[in-house]
Amino acid sequence: MADKSRNILLGHGSGGELMQELIEELFIPHFGRPFPGGLADSAVLPVSSLLPVFTTDSYVVDPIFFPGGNIGKLAVCGTVNDLAVTGATPGFISAGFIIEEGFPVATLREIVISMAMEAQSAGVRIITGDTKVVEKGKADKLFINTSGIGYMDQKHLHIHTGKRVAYGDLIIISGYTGDHSIAVLSARESLNFSTPAVSDCASLGGLTGGLLAKTDGIHWMRDVTRGGLATVICELVDSKDYGASLVEPSIPVRETVASACSMLGMDPLYLANEGKVVMVADKKEADTILKILKAHPLGTGAAVIGEINNIHPGEVVLSTAIGGSRLINPLSGEQLPRIC
Amino acid sequence: MRLIGEYRERKRAEKLLHHIRSEATGDYTFMEVCGGHTHAIRGFGIPGLLPDNIRLISGPGCPVCVTSRSFIDQAISLAGIPDHVVASFGDLLRVPGSHGTLEKAKASGSGVAMVYSVNEAITMAEKNKNKKIIFLAIGFETTIPGNASGVLEAERRNLKNFFVLSSQKIMPPAMKAVVKGGTRVNGFICPGHVSVITGSRIFEFLPGQFGIGCVISGFEPVDILFSVLMLVRQVNRREPTVEVQYSRAVKPEGNIKAIKLMEQVFRLTDEWWRGFGIIPESGLQLKQRYEFFDARKLVPVNVEESEDEGACICGEILRGVSTPGMCPLFGTGCTPSDPAGACMVSAEGACFAYFKYRDHG
Repeated sequence: MADKSRNILLGHGSGGELMQELIEELFIPHFGRPFPGGLADSAVLPVSSLLPVFTTDSYVVDPIFFPGGNIGKLAVCGTVNDLAVTGATPGFISAGFIIEEGFPVATLREIVISMAMEAQSAGVRIITGDTKVVEKGKADKLFINTSGIGYMDQKHLHIHTGKRVAYGDLIIISGYTGDHSIAVLSARESLNFSTPAVSDCASLGGLTGGLLAKTDGIHWMRDVTRGGLATVICELVDSKDYGASLVEPSIPVRETVASACSMLGMDPLYLANEGKVVMVADKKEADTILKILKAHPLGTGAAVIGEINNIHPGEVVLSTAIGGSRLINPLSGEQLPRIC
Repeated sequence: MRLIGEYRERKRAEKLLHHIRSEATGDYTFMEVCGGHTHAIRGFGIPGLLPDNIRLISGPGCPVCVTSRSFIDQAISLAGIPDHVVASFGDLLRVPGSHGTLEKAKASGSGVAMVYSVNEAITMAEKNKNKKIIFLAIGFETTIPGNASGVLEAERRNLKNFFVLSSQKIMPPAMKAVVKGGTRVNGFICPGHVSVITGSRIFEFLPGQFGIGCVISGFEPVDILFSVLMLVRQVNRREPTVEVQYSRAVKPEGNIKAIKLMEQVFRLTDEWWRGFGIIPESGLQLKQRYEFFDARKLVPVNVEESEDEGACICGEILRGVSTPGMCPLFGTGCTPSDPAGACMVSAEGACFAYFKYRDHG
């Protein structure tokens, strides 16, 4: 049956015939039939000599479509990135859908297709899932939960703990910061900027995998999501015997984002991204790393933005464009709800 | 960030700082009365670059900060009436009233919506004819013309369900109150955006009546440093006057069309400011002709007035007699995530700026 004018009914989450129909007509054709029997309640995974890495995340972004992506693409990218920045190769993803009664089937298909496309380009497979439908008004359109499993070489275990971070290491970001927040905000509030902001929503597995294969110089990585660059770096140095200094003019921020921020009273350092990684790298390897990053489509805007030092342990200090300096705190109080 | 690059150029800033250091031979206290300036001064780390004999203090320049508790109380009461929706700028949602915030009222089911402009509230009214939309009009001369055109637009569209609850304020009477209240100020860094609308002449009473110099400043660090230098020179010459540093945007006569709009829709009233109490002829309410849109005429709302601030010293900070660090609550009992006072809520508030942009070293 054509999707047109079809809406999700409570029965689509019942576990009965309607749900089977949804699985066969909508999920299987796009996600594929990874194992005999299709998308089962559980998936059996291959054994590996590598370390398994497990993550989960829920997506409630409003609006569900925004410049540069939608809730489905975001759900795949977000989970892939959580695995990738740990140093793992993302492998398998689950997808749980909580759908508001009356949601158009055609829209759901569009979202499922973009999930499938993103999964394919990120090299991960969506292998198990769940669908629940709640009465109209009891959820806002669509929420998605994704969990992911990846595999990691033992030698990369230090990356998520940051054990090797040392004085003199450089801080590198893979590109412009703040695009995702401003894109979602502009879509939600119908703010019109002369140059529209586009979300950076992207899977980073290829970028981080490429880096780890070519250099041992990466000492720590994180994706720069909620809380922004400021919060991520604050968390890195918190209760450590080293601190971080950031150089404001070297932090890549697009003009659209900078002007939106000055208009709305926000700080780009606290805005969310969905396709940016910040890393601490051995100074000697920094040039190589920058070169690798810049050669990748997701790293063209990469830049060295600061340094690890022993001058102010546990603290992040920003030197401003005019040579002033100030302390950077983690995000506190100001936040944009439902940004991812 | 290369926005308006030349006004963030380190070389230009250093040159200005060199002049400031060599020419500032006395002690100087300059007050900024615009939240945008507070934000920029702290954000770029300007106090740490200035010599110790130049002190920058913040005045009543953040509209959210000077708004009364009773205004918030009134808004919360209106939001609690079935089919009433209070449309507010985001900052205001977290400002404490006597018994809670609009944000908390929203969480417990009251009609509260966040908007970025009066136009959004008008669209909301048009789309929801069965609901009464009450726009919370706060702000200074910068936002008031927009609010005025909103009221005219609502009239043009014949909207019967759009209302305005106003706590709009104008800046010159508050600056006068600062000086008359005895705060020692050698010069004002005057608000750039306000002056784009009003022009520079509205500040002439400050040198004229009180012998205090004024420089209307832009918002980039080089603008602010240049304004500080201009004020230092005014004090040294003992020739207080009104100068315009932000000449790329400010004209002496201001924006005549915007001024006319304000005058057409609003009338001057006495208004309550946090830290000052009632300042005569410092507020703007709807003129009789537009009374139909006045939310205060909508339903009589009885709220128990309480302006008790507890240990919070927002009032003293807004008068420039105390700085945020002097407050017993600062950073412990009052933070941006759990603000006790209005100055910790808005990005333009002095406490917020001091908390977020703590000097280093």
